[in-house]
Amino acid sequence: MTRSADRRAGSDDLGLRRALDDRMLPVLVAAMAFLAALALAGSGGASALVKHWQEGAAAAVTVQVPTPSTLLPRTDGTPGQTRLDRALALLRAAPGVAQAQALSETELTELLKPWLGSGGAGTALPLPAVIQVRLTGSGPDVAALQTTLEAAVPGTLVESHGAWVQRLAVLARSLQACAWLALAVVAGVAAAVVMVGVRTGLLARRESIEIVHGLGATDGYIAGRFAARATWLAGLGGLLGALLALPVLLALATLAAPFVATPQTAAALPVSPTTLAALASAWLAQLKTMPAELLVGLPVLPAAAAIIGFFTAQATVRGWLRRLP
Amino acid sequence: MGQVANGLRDMVRLEAVGLQYERAGRPGADALRDLSFEIPDGGFRWLLGPSGAGKSSLLRLLHLAVRPTRGQLQVFGQNMSHAKRGDLPDIRRRIGMVFQDFRLLPHLSAFDNVALPLRIARLPEDQIRADAMEMLRWVGLAKLVDSRPAELSGGEQQRVAIARAVVGRPSLLLADEPTGNLDDVQAERLMLLLREMNRLGATVVVATHNEALVARHPGRQLRLAHGRLVSDD
Ligand SMILES: Nc1ncnc2c1ncn2[C@@H]1O[C@H](COP(=O)(O)OP(=O)(O)OP(=O)(O)O)[C@@H](O)[C@H]1O
Ligand SMILES: [Mg+2]
Repeated sequence: MTRSADRRAGSDDLGLRRALDDRMLPVLVAAMAFLAALALAGSGGASALVKHWQEGAAAAVTVQVPTPSTLLPRTDGTPGQTRLDRALALLRAAPGVAQAQALSETELTELLKPWLGSGGAGTALPLPAVIQVRLTGSGPDVAALQTTLEAAVPGTLVESHGAWVQRLAVLARSLQACAWLALAVVAGVAAAVVMVGVRTGLLARRESIEIVHGLGATDGYIAGRFAARATWLAGLGGLLGALLALPVLLALATLAAPFVATPQTAAALPVSPTTLAALASAWLAQLKTMPAELLVGLPVLPAAAAIIGFFTAQATVRGWLRRLP
Repeated sequence: MGQVANGLRDMVRLEAVGLQYERAGRPGADALRDLSFEIPDGGFRWLLGPSGAGKSSLLRLLHLAVRPTRGQLQVFGQNMSHAKRGDLPDIRRRIGMVFQDFRLLPHLSAFDNVALPLRIARLPEDQIRADAMEMLRWVGLAKLVDSRPAELSGGEQQRVAIARAVVGRPSLLLADEPTGNLDDVQAERLMLLLREMNRLGATVVVATHNEALVARHPGRQLRLAHGRLVSDD
C-alpha cells in the first residue's frame, strides 16, 4: 500500500499549488521588488549626498584676514593684539561658532599650490590668514559677523557656502522623500498583486473552501493555507527582484563612488578587471562602497515581500470567508 | 419532562423553524415551514418524504450550513440564532455529514479526502494515517486510496464520502441519501456501520427514498411533505 509522493496532499489540502501557481505572482512581485531596490538606491544615494555635503558645510565659512600679523592699536593708543588674534577672538565669541582655527603656513601653501606653484611659500607675496570656522546647528548670522569683524579688523572677508549647501540638502531630502513615496506605492502595488492572485485562487477553489468550511475548518485554518502559499510566492518574487537589482545597483555605486566614497575605497577600484575572479572581487569591494541603507535594504526586500504576502492573503481570505455562515 | 431539562439532553431541538432560500437576491418560496421536534442524544431517525420535501434542507440546517429564517434551532444545546460565527467551526467538527452529492475535493485522493476532517482537527499525522486507512478498509476501498474522485465510480465516491463523515467519530451523524449509489450488499454494510455508530452513542439522522431499506431496519421516522413535518413516529 504505497502512496505515490505526487499524490500526497499533506498540507496542500486546498490544492493551492495549482490554484496559486508559481509563475505570475512571483514574477510580478519580483518586478515590484526590483523597483523597490531602485527606490532604495535613490534614497540611499540622496542621503549619502546630504551627509557628504553637510560634513562639508561644517567648514562652510572661511574668514580671510589680510596682513594678519599687524598689531591693532588699543584704545589708549598702545599696540595690542595682532589682527589675526583679534579676529579669532571675535569669531570664537560669536554665537553658532563651534571652533575657529587659522590654517597653518603649510596648509595654506598646500591650498594655494594650484595657483602659486609649489614654490609659493618661498615668495614674498603677502598672504592673508585663512580661518576655518566650524559651525554648530544653524550656524551664525553671516551678515552680522561680517559687520562686527569689519568694524574691529578692517578688510576682513567672510565667505559662506552654507546657503548653497542648504539648498542642495533640501533638494536631496526631497529626492529622498520621493524615493520613500515610490517605495510605499510599490509596496501597495505588490499588496494589490497578491490580493488579485489570492482572489483568483479563492474563486478557483470556491467549492473546496465551502466543503472544508463545512467540515469545521476555522477561517484561520483556511486563511493560513492561503497565507503560507502567498508568503512563499511573494518571498520568492522579492528574492528574485533583489537579485536582479544587485548588478544594476553595483553599477550605480561604481558611478557614484568618486563623489561619495572616501579616497581609499575609490582608489581601490580596479581600472579594467579582466578575469571573472577579478570582476567578482571588484564587485565585492564595490559592496563596501554601497550606501549602508542599501546593504540593509536589499536583503530585507524578500522578507518585506513575504510579510506583505502573508498579511494581504490573511486579510483577503478572512474578508472573503465572511460570506460563509 | 420540563423544557429546560429536556433541552439539555436533546442533541437537536427545533421550535417553529422555517427556512426560506434566496433566489437571485430575493426571498424565494419556503423550503421548510413551522418545524418543531427534537432528537435526544443518541437517538436514531429516518428522514423520509418525496423529492423536494425539504430533507436536504433540514440536514443543511442541522449541519449549520444555513441559519434558520424563523424559529429556534438548538444543536448540542446551543441556540443557533444567537451563536457567534466563531463558535460554529467547533460544533461543525462534532458533526459528520454524508452529502447527497458527495462533495469530495476533486484534487485530493480518496485517502486525503477521508483524512481531511482529521487534518482540520489538527491531529498528529500518524494517527490520521491509521484512522483514515482503517475507515477506507471498512468501506472496502483499501485498494483505491490513491484514486481521485473522478477516477472512482459513483458508489465508490459515496463510500469515500461516508468514510469521511464517520472518520472523526462525530456525535451527530447526518446522512443524505447515503445508499443512492450503493448495491444492496453495500447498503446493508453501510446500515451496519450507522447502527454501530448509533450504538456507540452517536445521534444518527438518515434521509432516504429507499423504503425497502427502512423496512429492513425499523426506526423512528420523521416524515416531511412540502417543507412541513407530517409525522414523527
Ligand atoms: N440552494 C437552494 N436555493 C433555492 N432553493 C432551494 C435550494 N436548495 C433547495 N431548494 C428548494 O427547496 C426545496 C426543498 O429542497 P430539498 O433539496 O431540501 O429537497 P429534498 O427533500 O432533499 O429532495 P430530494 O429527495 O430530491 O433530495 C425544493 O423546492 C428546492 O427547489
Ligand atoms: Mg435531497
